[in-house]
This record gives sequence, structure tokens and C-alpha cells, in this order.
Amino acid sequence: MNVWNKLLLILFMAFGAASHGSTLEICSTCPIKSIKEGIDQAQAYDTLLIKKGTYLEFDIIVDKPLTIIGKDYPVVDGEDQGEIFTVTSDNVTIDGLFIINVGTSYTSDYAAIRVVKSKNFLIQNVVLEKLFFGIYLEKSTDGRVFHNKIIGDAVEEFNSGNGIQLWYCQNVSVENNIVQHVRDGIYLEFSDQIVIKNNISTNNVRYGLHFMFSNDDLYQDNTFENNGAGVAVMFSKKIKMYNNTFKKNWGAASFGMLLKEINDSEIIGNTFEENTVGISIEGSNRINYKENDFVNNGWALKVRGACYSNVFSSNNFLYNSFDVSYNSKLNDNSFSGNYWSNYTGYDLDKNGVGDVPYRPVKLFSYIVNRTPETIVLLRSLFMDIIDFSEKVSPVFTPDNLRDNSPLMKKLQ
Amino acid sequence: MIQVANLHKKFGKTQVLDNLDLEIDGGGIFAILGPNGSGKTTLIKSILGMVIMDKGSISVLGAAIKTNWNYRKEINYLPQIANFPGNLKVRELIKMIVDLRQKPNRADELIELFKLEDFLDKKLTTLSGGTKQKVNIVLSFMFDSPLLILDEPTTGLDPLALINLKKLIQEEKNKGKTILITSHILQFVEEVADEIIYLLEGKIYFKGSLEQLKSKTEQTDIEHAIAAIATQPQHA
Amino acid sequence: MLKILKYSFYDLMRSRWSYVYFIFYLLLGFVLLFLNNDVSKAVITLMNIIIVLVPLIATIFGVMYYYNSKEFTELLLAQPIKRTSIFLGQYLGVSGSLAMSLVLGLGIPFTLYGLLKSNAIWDFSLLLVAGAFLTFIFTALAFNIALSNENKIKGFGYAVLLWLFLAVIYDGIFLISLIIFEEYPLDNFSLVSTMLNPIDLSRTLILLKLDISALLGYTGAVFKKFFGTNFGFFVSMGVLMIWTILPVWRMVHKAKRKDF
Repeated sequence: MNVWNKLLLILFMAFGAASHGSTLEICSTCPIKSIKEGIDQAQAYDTLLIKKGTYLEFDIIVDKPLTIIGKDYPVVDGEDQGEIFTVTSDNVTIDGLFIINVGTSYTSDYAAIRVVKSKNFLIQNVVLEKLFFGIYLEKSTDGRVFHNKIIGDAVEEFNSGNGIQLWYCQNVSVENNIVQHVRDGIYLEFSDQIVIKNNISTNNVRYGLHFMFSNDDLYQDNTFENNGAGVAVMFSKKIKMYNNTFKKNWGAASFGMLLKEINDSEIIGNTFEENTVGISIEGSNRINYKENDFVNNGWALKVRGACYSNVFSSNNFLYNSFDVSYNSKLNDNSFSGNYWSNYTGYDLDKNGVGDVPYRPVKLFSYIVNRTPETIVLLRSLFMDIIDFSEKVSPVFTPDNLRDNSPLMKKLQ
Repeated sequence: MIQVANLHKKFGKTQVLDNLDLEIDGGGIFAILGPNGSGKTTLIKSILGMVIMDKGSISVLGAAIKTNWNYRKEINYLPQIANFPGNLKVRELIKMIVDLRQKPNRADELIELFKLEDFLDKKLTTLSGGTKQKVNIVLSFMFDSPLLILDEPTTGLDPLALINLKKLIQEEKNKGKTILITSHILQFVEEVADEIIYLLEGKIYFKGSLEQLKSKTEQTDIEHAIAAIATQPQHA
Repeated sequence: MLKILKYSFYDLMRSRWSYVYFIFYLLLGFVLLFLNNDVSKAVITLMNIIIVLVPLIATIFGVMYYYNSKEFTELLLAQPIKRTSIFLGQYLGVSGSLAMSLVLGLGIPFTLYGLLKSNAIWDFSLLLVAGAFLTFIFTALAFNIALSNENKIKGFGYAVLLWLFLAVIYDGIFLISLIIFEEYPLDNFSLVSTMLNPIDLSRTLILLKLDISALLGYTGAVFKKFFGTNFGFFVSMGVLMIWTILPVWRMVHKAKRKDF
């Protein structure tokens, strides 16, 4: 969905509400005291204005096109009873609410706001706390989730839900949200043409962002930091990943990003910093990696096999313990024109490109793959000597894996 | 002044000092004689605490020297081979020793006596053997201590310096000090020593005055007396 | 002791070698920074140099100083000074002046370059701390070797062998044993082996800062505890301390019993 479409949608909704709807006020001293009452009494395209106060309600079904606006963040407290809002109608807006205490269940995925088979929805400026699932979009299209704040208290995977979940959705934009301390910050399954932009997903128990079977999606300018395992992109194709930041995903099974069975995608301008593994790649083909920064990672790239025709160009590899690790001797990917801070070659003709190729796979990374405890010998003189001899005559690492045009200066 | 009892010292397999007993009461000049390798320097160094004894006890000025180091305040020592830190200047070396001992000194007087003024700003490596020995003498005579230990003090000295040295030794003796000297130059020993201590194979073969030595060995000159004593059975 | 320290230090400050050492680090610092234009990269290169070169220089310098100052030592031994003070003073003089050359030699270019504003400052400081520790440890080891060997050539030989062993051969044996026994749990073995070699130990200390992302990639619980918390840092520091104290203690012990 492009920007114009979104603008039109917002205009249309605002215009719709103003032209053929009236405004109903809800507060403790008003004639209408609860949200449910308000929805009952409202006509389609009316606006419900919820004033400041605490509303102990759950299972609120929004079954007509309404604009529900909170004034000064009224609190909707579900008292851990179950789902709070369920939207089943098209053209619904929920704006400015503070929703807490969603019920936790092992049999139903209770959400703070669930949108079911609806179109043209807008959820914005909502704050969710003490939740199970946050915003759950189900078989819905043409909607927008904008500027919400979701702060969970998840500790374990099995009894926590996701912050924003899209299931069989299309044409939805998820923008400027903050998601913390839930299971997966943002989860997509079977959802296409989704835009995920400017979100900050941190400290989640499992993934900052989790993609499954979703194609033609774009995610850009997001920050994923300190999540249990980073970001997982699996079984999808034609994904565009631009200018995201992946930071501080530490741990044995942790990575900035995991690509598994991803084809024909673009990964451009992202920053991977201080992750145990920057990108872990498995069975992914025809991906273009360009202008990314890999900074201070344990392994910038871990290529686990069955990866063909990937192109790595114009990236910065800065101060990673290992730049690239391969678990086979075969290589069908190409590296060219990257900057490697570990490169020690020279540039006699002063064209900015090193005169000797750079081999990003060290023998030591091969040894560590085999016997992980050897990691304690990292940067020892003995290892340097061994790496050097492997560099001179490769025995264990792919012979053709090299950057023939390593840059002498970092790309800005 | 010095009591040595039951002193044993082995270097590797060589028994250098073997159950040595020695008593020096104080006042006067004692010459320690003996052939090369008889343990003279080892004895001196044991008294100074530079060589650690295997067995026995030594006390200096009434105090046992084991685990003690303060008694060295009362000793001036002239080492056998004048090796000094090379990159120091003579002046700095003297200053340093003065600084380390914190005692009144008469360095200037001695420097004048041995005509060392011109060498004060030279580095010790550049000095000749004789000049080094003069510096050595200055260092060991500049403090006023009751016990002086001189290991081969005459090495490399010119006649004038030798005369000065003898004068210094006499002066110290007249002040009532105890002076221990080792030397190969028997003429020098004859001239200065009050008592002879003769060391052989780590044992004391003789201790007594020059006259006693001569009468005992029935020789008239010291050289023959010394030669004779080595062949006699031990009695001291 | 302070007086001996003062004279040893003073003596070294006048010797050409401390200047060579100081200027070497100064140049190294400037070259690394101005060729790379990158503090982080310079710190990594520096680490490789410090881990290898500092122990070598400290060992050789320590042995050399001991043999060269034999006369000075003998002169001092006849003075009313405690033996312990003489040797500790000389040891501190040598290791102190070496550590100072290292810290100043590298500190000046990095400070001029704007290290204080860079976030590499902690990595760099840790590097200097590790370098100083290595200086103190290897000077003490060198003194031990020299005290036990009257023969200069032998002493030098042992010193260089010691360095070669700890800097290269040890890690080789370590690696081979890790690969041979890869079937077994090796967490504790590898950490203990690291502790037993001061070079590996200071390397680990620096790895904790530079390569923590990679270290946390291993699953073992012991590793996780060691590298994932401050535990590893404090243990490494503590063991480095022990590594400094033990050789110094043995040096003093040996010196007390030595004949001159």
C-alpha cells in the first residue's frame, strides 16, 4: 500500500465520521457509562468519545463501523478475564486507549485488540500493558497499525503471546510502534504486501520480528535490539529489508537475523552490531546483500549450506571476530567490493581497491565449528600462524571464496 | 668483634669452608692469607652476609648476622674486583652510596688524596683498573665504621696510591678499628698486619702474630714461613 | 627499597633501551592510528602486538638487566640494606620503567588522537592494564631465570624458550588436546588451561571486551557463566594477580638464599 492510499484512507475515515455520524460521550457521570453500552447505542459511522476513567470491561465486540477515541488515555481494564476488543466490522478506528490486563489462556489466544476479517481498520496511539497477545490481525486487509506502545511482561515462551500478530493479512502497514517484553515483537504468518516501518522491537523473549510464509513484504528503518534470538525470516520470498538495525542479540542460538528458505530478496543498508551471529543463512538463494554494516559481531555471516547465487557487495565488515563462516568447501556466492577491517593487503596503484584478494573465511572459524571450546584461542599467535598458512594454501576452506576487490576505505 | 663458629660452605661439590672457627677480638689489622681457592673471599663474604652459610653461626659486634642486615652499617667493605655499575659517573656513585648509608663521610678529603677530582664526571666504564680501585678505596674509607674489610686492596695501585693506602690503614688502626685484609702481596702484609690468619682447604691452619708464625715455622722471612706452614700438620 | 627502586629506575631511564622501547611504542601508536584512521581497528592490531611483544621484551629486558647490573647488586649487597629490598627494588625499577614506557608510549598517541572521546577507551585501558600485568609477570619470570643461572647465555636461552613456549607452543598443545578430546566436555579444561598461561589469560581478558559476541556463541554453561557475567573478568584479574605475586615471591625467596 503506498502513501497516497493511506492518506486517502485516513481522509475518508475522518470525512466519513464528520459527515454522517454523531459523537457519543462515555464517562462515569455521562448517560452512557460503558463502552459496550456505547457500541450498542451507536449508529454506524458514529464516534465514541471515551473520557478519562477506568472501564472494567472485556469481550467488547465492535460490529459496526465506529471511531472509538479515548480522551486523556482512559484505562480499559480486562481484569485478566479474556479478550478485550474484538473488531468484526470494516472501517473501525481505535485511538488513544490504555488497555491493560488481558486474560492469559492456554487454549485461546486472547488479545487486547483483535481484528477479524475486516477492512480499512486503523489502530493508533494505543498503549497496551499486562497483555497476552497485543494486536492480533486475522484475515484482515487494508489496515494500519500506527504509533502504539506494547509493553509486556513475558518471561517464558510457552505462556506469552506476541505483540503484533498478522495472520493471513494483506496490505497492512505497521509503523512507529514500540514493542517490548513479549514473545515475538511482530509476527507475520501467511501475510503478503505488508509494510513494517520505523518500529522499535526490543527485549522480547523470542524474536523481535518473525516472518513465516509471507511474501512481497517490506520492512525498513526498524530497530531490533536485545531480543532472545533476533529476527527470523523463514520460508518466504521477495522480501525487502532496508535500513534496519539489529543489535546485541547474544547467545548460543542467537543471531541478528536468521534467513531460512528465503529467495529473491534484498537486504540493503542494514546495520548488524554486536550480535553473536550477524546473519545466519540457510537454504537461501538469489539474495542481494548490499551496503550493510556488520560491526563487532562474533560472526558477521554464518553460511550453513544450500545457499546459491547470493551476492555480497559494498558492505562494511568491521571488527567482527569472524567475518564469514562456511560449513562446506563449496561456494556459489560472490563477494566483491566490500570493506573488511581485517584486510591487511595493500593498494599500490592507489585505486582504492586492494591488490590482493581477501579471504573472509578463516581456518580458525572452521575449527571452532568443529570444536566450539577452541573459541578461547581466538586471536592467539598460534591461531594467527595457522590462519596465515591456510590463507597461503587453502585446504579446509573454499578456495574460490574471496573478495577480489576488497576496498581500502570504509564505505560511508 | 667477630665470632665465627662451625662454619660450613659448599659450592656445588666443593667444600670451600669446612667447620671453620675464628674469633677476632678487635683492634688491629688482621691479614687473611691462603692460596687461591682456600676460601678467603668466601669467608669474608660470609661475614658480610653475601654468601649464605650452610651451617654454623657468625656474629658481628655481638649480633648474629642471620636474618639481620643492620650490622653492615658498622662495616666498610672493599670488594676484590672493582666492578661498578657502568653507566654511572664517579660523582653519582659516591653520592648514591652516601645516600644509601646516611652517615657522615669524608669523601672530598679522600678524593683529593687520590687526585680523583678530574674523574668525577667520567663514567665508571671509561676508567682504568687503577683508577677504579682508587674509587673503590674512597668508597670504603669514607665512612667512620668500627670494622673494615679489605679484599685485595692493593690491586692495580701505583706506588703513590699504595703509600696513601698504607697511611689510611694505619690511621684507621690508630683510631682503634678492626681491619680485615686479604692480600697476595706478602710484603704488604708484613708491613701492615698485626696478626696473620692462614687459611687452607677451608680450615684455619694458623692464627697468631707474625713473630709467632716465624718462630713456629722456624723461618726468618714470611714467604718461607707461609710456604712451610702449608706443609705442616695442623695445630692451631 | 624505595631508594633502590629510585636508583634502578634512574639507571634505566638513562639507558638507551628504555628510550628505544618507549619510542617504539610511540611510533607504533602513531603509525597504527594515522595509517588506519580508526581507533577500534588500531586497538585490535595493538592487542596482537601487546600479547606477543610485551612478554618477549619484558623477558629479555629482565634477564639483560639482571646480568648487566650484577656489579651494582654486589655493591649494594655489602651495604646495610635488606636483600629483599635490593631485589624487589631492582625488579620494580625494571618492570616499572617498562610498564611506564608502554603506557606512555601508547597512551600519548592515542590521547592525542582523541581516544578520550572515543568509546574504545575502555578496550584501550584494559589493553594497557593487561600489558602492564604481562610486563610485571614476565620481568619477574626473567629475574627468576637469571637468579637460577649464573651463565648468561644459558639464562638468555631459557628466557627466550619460556617466551616461545608460553606465546606459541602452549597454545598449539592446547588446541591439539581440545581437538583430540572433542568428544568430552571441555569447558573446564579449556578455562583452566587458559588460566595456566599468563599470555592466554590476558588475551582472554581482552577478548571479554572485544569479542564477547563470539564468546557467547558457545552453549556450555560454564562458559556462559564465565564470559556472560563479570565473573570471568574478576577471575581473570585475580589469577593475573596471582601470576604476578608468585614469581615475585619465588624471586625474593631465591635471592635470599643465593651466594654472591
